[in-house]
Amino acid sequence: MADHGPESVLRFERVVVTFDENPVLRDISFNMRRGETRIILGAAGSGKTVLLKTALGLIRPDSGRVWVFEEDSSDFSEHQWMKLRRRMGMLFQESALFDSLTIEENVAYPLLNQGAPPPPGEVRSRVEEILTFVELEHTLEKFPSELSGGMRRRVGIARAIVTDPPLILYDSPTAGLDPITANTIMELVAKERDTKSATTAIVTHRFQDGELMAKFSYNPGSGKLEPVLRNGTDPVNTVFMVLKEGELVFEGTQAELEQSRDPYVSKFVKH
Amino acid sequence: MLDLLKIPVYSIQEFTLLTGRAYRNLFLRPHYWDDVVIQMDIIGFGSLPIVVLTGFFSGAVMALQMSRALSQYGASGQVGQIVAIAIVRELGPVLTSLVVAGRNASGIASELGSMKVTEQIDAMRALGTDPTKKLVTPRLIATAVVLPLLTAIADFVGMVGGWIVAVPMLHLTTGSQYWSSSWRSLEYNDLAQGLGKPFVFGMVIALVGCFYGLQTTGGTQGVGRATTQAVVVASVWIFVLTFFITRIFVNM
Ligand SMILES: Nc1ncnc2c1ncn2[C@@H]1O[C@H](COP(=O)(O)OP(=O)(O)O)[C@@H](O)[C@H]1O
Ligand SMILES: [Mg+2]
Repeated sequence: MADHGPESVLRFERVVVTFDENPVLRDISFNMRRGETRIILGAAGSGKTVLLKTALGLIRPDSGRVWVFEEDSSDFSEHQWMKLRRRMGMLFQESALFDSLTIEENVAYPLLNQGAPPPPGEVRSRVEEILTFVELEHTLEKFPSELSGGMRRRVGIARAIVTDPPLILYDSPTAGLDPITANTIMELVAKERDTKSATTAIVTHRFQDGELMAKFSYNPGSGKLEPVLRNGTDPVNTVFMVLKEGELVFEGTQAELEQSRDPYVSKFVKH
Repeated sequence: MLDLLKIPVYSIQEFTLLTGRAYRNLFLRPHYWDDVVIQMDIIGFGSLPIVVLTGFFSGAVMALQMSRALSQYGASGQVGQIVAIAIVRELGPVLTSLVVAGRNASGIASELGSMKVTEQIDAMRALGTDPTKKLVTPRLIATAVVLPLLTAIADFVGMVGGWIVAVPMLHLTTGSQYWSSSWRSLEYNDLAQGLGKPFVFGMVIALVGCFYGLQTTGGTQGVGRATTQAVVVASVWIFVLTFFITRIFVNM
């Protein structure tokens, strides 16, 4: 393909997913490029989770193609997917921490199971480092059931990013959290994006999560999120996408989203 | 009509696929031996008290039931033999397996079912492990190894239960006659079916539990449904299979 710009990281081409003959994703096509942030909005049940799981190869499309890192995954075996998934991190909707394992074991899990495990001492220090990143370094020995919802979400993020994957998918990182905790989570997501320049997809029903990702970036100097200066070129490259009953009904920038006249789409914009 | 058949056919197909994968994993790396040991502990030691209890009372009740019939024919000396054959061939394997099915097919189904509905199974796949390798095959190995051992214990305790009824309680026979007649009556064939059955039933319990667990949909309610189905289906399979296995051994 004669494309311009950075290489594609995740591309859907006319993807259809059906469960029991109900189409859950209908003819979805989009292309995510390296360095991009993609905000996926949609009502409950519109297919956002299914879309992320299809991107990870956990659900196979009934028709259409999913390209990951410019590889066509159509004929991939589970084994080939396992290799690809090493380069993808996923935060599941309810964190999906392994409740029989401690926080330390949960976060170490991808290090020990994806590819050749590093030496034991290194695993421990890497886990400590990443738990410090999400400000939970004191919870190593605890079990997931002993943590609050917001803390579990942060452990989930730690587990998703511990291997420094170039593509990270977040499924509803702020769902069910109070506004303050939700903001802490979004700051972590932005911090990870901006310190590792990871390509990031975020499913959410809160427009302000998308706005934060589009308008702020993490400044390692001050250790804070700062508004992105609008000096011509937009350093943060954020695309919004709206799903409605499995259909992609909008794809564009924040400005375009705010101007949309579609009643469903405009419902997601904060007034 | 076709729609009615679709669900069972689909289930059988999925069950067969899972079974195939679980056995293939025996020969594929990585092997999660830690999980095998943990499962053996849960299934083996966890079931021991209840297996001992059911074994003891089934032996005792066999002796009690047989006491009158045998004395009518003046054959009360044979009680050891009757108890031994009934326990080792049939009651030991079937009752132990039913108890373990009730305890562990449900335990496996609810554990895997909760993992399924909370996306932990998906997370496992996303993080580089094959759930059939990490969850199903260790449970298959553990149950198939542990159930014959539990059955052997149940058999022995059942013989002791029979002895207590036959000798100290009812004075049907002497202790030495009880033990020697029971020992002499057992053939290699009896031991083979007595331990072969729980080996097969153990695999059925693990596979059925895992299958219903991994098939769970519909939140916590679904977990409850999966658990019940696993116990019912595993128990029915035990009865059906014991008939066919017995049939094979009777013909031999
Ligand atoms: N494993 C499944 N089996 C059957 N239907 C499913 C399954 N997963 C999701 N669905 C259905 O697909 C639709 C989209 O679900 P989902 O992607 O979870 O929505 P959301 O946008 O809220 O994340 C829903 O109608 C849901 O019932
Ligand atoms: Mg969802």
